[in-house]
Amino acid sequence: MSKVPSALNLGIRRGGLEIRQFARQRESVVFTLLFPVILLVIFGSVFKDTIAPGVTFSQYFVAGMIASGLVNTGFQSLAITIPMERDVGGLKRLRGTPMPASSYFIGKAILISVSMVLQIILLFGFGLIFFGVQMPTDPAKWFTFVWLVLLGSTSSTALGIAFSIVPKSGRGASAVVSPIVIVLQFFSGVFFIFTQLPTWMQQFAAIFPLKWLTQGMRSVFLPDSFATQEVAKSWENGRTFLILIIWLAVGIFFSVRKFKWDRD
Amino acid sequence: MNVIEVKGLKKSYDQVHAVRGVDLSILQGEIFALLGPNGAGKTTTVEILEGFRSRDAGEVSVLGFDPQIKGHAAREWRNRIGIVLQSAADAGDLTVLETIDHFSGYYSKPRNVSEVLNAVGLEEKSGALIRNLSGGQRRRLDVALGIIGSPELLFLDEPTTGFDPEARRSFWALIENLRGTGTTILLTTHYLDEAEALADRVAVINNGQIIEVSTPAELGGRATSKATVSWRDGEVLKSESTDNPTSIVTKLSAHFGGEIPELTITRPSLEDIYLTMIGGTHE
Repeated sequence: MSKVPSALNLGIRRGGLEIRQFARQRESVVFTLLFPVILLVIFGSVFKDTIAPGVTFSQYFVAGMIASGLVNTGFQSLAITIPMERDVGGLKRLRGTPMPASSYFIGKAILISVSMVLQIILLFGFGLIFFGVQMPTDPAKWFTFVWLVLLGSTSSTALGIAFSIVPKSGRGASAVVSPIVIVLQFFSGVFFIFTQLPTWMQQFAAIFPLKWLTQGMRSVFLPDSFATQEVAKSWENGRTFLILIIWLAVGIFFSVRKFKWDRD
Repeated sequence: MNVIEVKGLKKSYDQVHAVRGVDLSILQGEIFALLGPNGAGKTTTVEILEGFRSRDAGEVSVLGFDPQIKGHAAREWRNRIGIVLQSAADAGDLTVLETIDHFSGYYSKPRNVSEVLNAVGLEEKSGALIRNLSGGQRRRLDVALGIIGSPELLFLDEPTTGFDPEARRSFWALIENLRGTGTTILLTTHYLDEAEALADRVAVINNGQIIEVSTPAELGGRATSKATVSWRDGEVLKSESTDNPTSIVTKLSAHFGGEIPELTITRPSLEDIYLTMIGGTHE
């Protein structure tokens, strides 16, 4: 008997298809890729202060924008678009084929990674040229950056797929998902300096990955002297790693167990 | 071995008994139509066979496997099945060709993509974005995606809803061609003429139970039911219900000395029989 193609192979094919579909939706391409840049332009132009010796607000903000880009691009976009795909019957059709769920998930992860890389390039470009954002020179910092992006984008993808079971319909999905993301952004120190937030906000944010991603990104883009100004007086990258791994596991568990292919 | 074998299938939602003991046997290579009004249990039954829904009781075998099969075995099972669902409006930003080609990659021995394009009559639309297709063209694409994996068993759910008469005729021709390839087809439809044109056998389902399984010609005693002979006699339209229409016609012909004015001989249509069976009436 002939064998069905491997799940990984189909996942890569799905990734290609997802990218092609995404690239043809011009409005969402522009919005997804340029939104963080637009925010950087606004915040970078309004807050020109230095928040610590050698640390501009733009520098602080780029760290937050990359972290929150991971959440927007993965969690938010998937938790909104998957219910829409479900509404129009696309997921049910896929389920009727020999393509396994894991290939569908891999396809989404590829799409999110590619779009994240483009976002980061744009953000770096604008940050460097217009706001004097400084890139780290220490290879160890780049290593941290790479694992943060990888772990951030996979856990954000997994959580977005998992959360796609919550909205009842594609039309209502944005109303359910967007407020969660916006609140988390405010609470996690993306738009404001984290240590200046009320303690209860800081503690609430510490349950979720965005706070840790943002803090991790600060460890990459801010001088090490700034670590003493963090809540724990250090970057806590080990703890960040652990918390992201836990959230990744939670996301994968619910995605695999509870994914909904059909409306009912 | 039968392609589909169902015994004592039951399924309830909350307090509603959607399917109440369905038995079905579908043979290799036949086109089998499942007829029934909305809410009769048609969709629930088919979705259980497709592996989309669980059941409460009964035995179900589709191509020798329980549709609740999981894991890699489920992939091998789905590799042999094609499903054309009622409506799907996804992937509007892809072209027809890209979509069919992509789906062909899911199967171990797919049909040739351009052959499938030809078979469904979409060769001239292969470069068109799906969102620019008409309803009928979309439905053809749905069928293309259902048959691209060269399935042994094809589920067709209300395939021609929203088609104009010409599109329906050419769709029927497409299904006839599939019959030629030995594909077993389970068709659900509300169109009685469609069942009559395509199906080898039909089953009528109502209130969650199969009322009868038969050929379209014999359903509900249709083949042996009385014929109605009608003609005009002067100012009056006359008609007679009979088991022997030929002898009546012979007598009438003698009476009129050749041609009988406005002669018709009718037997109940499949629709008449069906409506009687499900307890409905003509609208």
